[in-house]
Amino acid sequence: MDMVNRPYATAFESYATQHPEVLCLSADLTSSCEIDGFRDRHPDQFLSLGMAEQNMLSFAGGLGLAGFRPFLHSFGVFLYRRPYDQLMASIAYPRRRVRLMGFLPGVTTPGGMTHQAIEDISVMRTIPNMTVLEAGDATEVESIVAEADTVDGPVYCRILRGAVPRLFDSPLKIGQMRVLSEGDDVLVVTTGIATEEAIRARGALSRAGVSVRHLHLNTLKPFDAAQIVEHAASVRHGVITLENHLIAGGIGSMVAEALAEAGLARRLIRLGLQDTYAHGGSRPYLMRHYGMDALSLVRAVERLTGQTTGIDEAALEGVRIDAVHSLVKAEAL
Amino acid sequence: MRNEKSTEAIAHAIRSRVFEHTIRNNGGYLSQACSAAEALAFLYNEGLNLGPSTMPMIPPPFTGVPSAQNPDYVTGAGYNGPFDAVHDRLFIAPAHYALVAYACLIEVGRMAPEGLEMFNQDGTSVEMIGAEHSPGMEVHNGTLGIGFSTASGLAWGRKRLGHTGRVCVFMSDGEVQEGQTWEAVQAAAHHRIDNLWAIMDVNRQQCDGAMDDVMTVGDIATKLRDFGAVVAEVDAHDLLGLRAAAATPHPGRPLIVLAHSRPTQGMESLMSRFPKLHYVRFKSEEERARINLEIAAELGIPPVVLEAH
Repeated sequence: MDMVNRPYATAFESYATQHPEVLCLSADLTSSCEIDGFRDRHPDQFLSLGMAEQNMLSFAGGLGLAGFRPFLHSFGVFLYRRPYDQLMASIAYPRRRVRLMGFLPGVTTPGGMTHQAIEDISVMRTIPNMTVLEAGDATEVESIVAEADTVDGPVYCRILRGAVPRLFDSPLKIGQMRVLSEGDDVLVVTTGIATEEAIRARGALSRAGVSVRHLHLNTLKPFDAAQIVEHAASVRHGVITLENHLIAGGIGSMVAEALAEAGLARRLIRLGLQDTYAHGGSRPYLMRHYGMDALSLVRAVERLTGQTTGIDEAALEGVRIDAVHSLVKAEAL
Repeated sequence: MRNEKSTEAIAHAIRSRVFEHTIRNNGGYLSQACSAAEALAFLYNEGLNLGPSTMPMIPPPFTGVPSAQNPDYVTGAGYNGPFDAVHDRLFIAPAHYALVAYACLIEVGRMAPEGLEMFNQDGTSVEMIGAEHSPGMEVHNGTLGIGFSTASGLAWGRKRLGHTGRVCVFMSDGEVQEGQTWEAVQAAAHHRIDNLWAIMDVNRQQCDGAMDDVMTVGDIATKLRDFGAVVAEVDAHDLLGLRAAAATPHPGRPLIVLAHSRPTQGMESLMSRFPKLHYVRFKSEEERARINLEIAAELGIPPVVLEAH
């Protein structure tokens, strides 16, 4: 698989330098969010707000009022848990054009509970005026910068950093889900890093004779319920969602709401964190441990179809495993 | 705008109007009028460079919250004049001072007295806790501690845009119990934001009572200086002092004027309720009638005529 190193760093710098109203804000995680080069080369467009996220969010609201479009960089979890009131009052309510760039979504960080944004989608999508995007590969990380900046209002983005696989060759467009395969047995809906897992599972499932319809979502709010329902109606056995997030409030919930509101009866299996916190560990370990990996998806397909596929670990192609402290990561955290 | 009334007269009129409103409605943020009347009168009448109001004298009804489906949404900022490069902006950080701020808007000719009749009435924009769309309110400040941060961001942005207009925050001392206030002051100092200043109503009162009983905050002036602000201290009811304090040079730093106030200034009769002053609701008709007479006498105005029950 083609791997791209630090796609965000390159994309943000080339975009921001063309748009002087864009400001780069950081809360003491500058190199961890791949904007250290930008800080060094464009100090006039960079604002260090220190370890003080509550102030950073309200400050950004003030910048928005002055007509700027600040991009806030931190780990996703630090952009909403502590400064939730500031997010509501200073950014979301007045529809400031603030771009919240949330790095290390879900279990992509070994930092454990305090660092893992596992309920961010659930929180963000319930906030009126908020747009929620999630990048699933290097191409989407590259294109999310300019695309998020087209929104007349606040945007929260789940960003991947470090070495990111390139899965897609067309840019992320808000509101346009990707139909990655058009099978008719099972509908699989994924976001973010879960899409890579599903792609691996799909190859094995196809060889085992299971026809998978696979949708990749990069726009979580607004959510295209009508299209989901249409796809769900076209498969035989039911729907599986797989997400790097709690199953409550994320795409599992969104799909369930869409099916219920449309009155479409389909079985639904929601894979992701099942009402639990995760803990510190490598991404492959955590995805396996919490049932969010390709093999977990295969087992869910078997439950839905009532047929065993014979697929095991070995059958899943191209499993990529990075050591926690491998060289391709920006740093330990 | 040339001012027709003296700031002293406006401060007195704010107290009288809030007093009348509170007696008539059997409750209100009356003590805040006592402590903040001079500060707000000073800001609107002479301290700030505000253009004429761009909003109707009688506030329009509530027209919905900000959303993509509500393109006509406007904030209450227009009551403070046009948002252009040269004029100042004012944030009322403690949004529960709204009644006092509305009274001030009336006294400086930016809102009609009828506007106050809409106070806390369903479907109006003249909300009890000032909302972003309420007259004179520019941003949502209902949760204490976010005002100075927002103002810092706006001030930084205005400086970058080359605006000469400054950003002012009317703050309350209770806000220093919030950590965000300290984050904001340190950031404003770090980024040398000096087109930003604040008047803080230091009345040493909060919702539960006297601040020293609820949460001791120590020496606010020293703490603010340690976090990087320039601090001036003044008697909140001394206009000469306020003028001098507001003129304190503060290059490279935000200025915070600590206006030490008395929560019963001009209405000593309220001391009978001390320390329960945050929101005055009369315990009985007898208390209401007594305070009506006593405060009216103190203010030198006729008592409010109460309808018979």
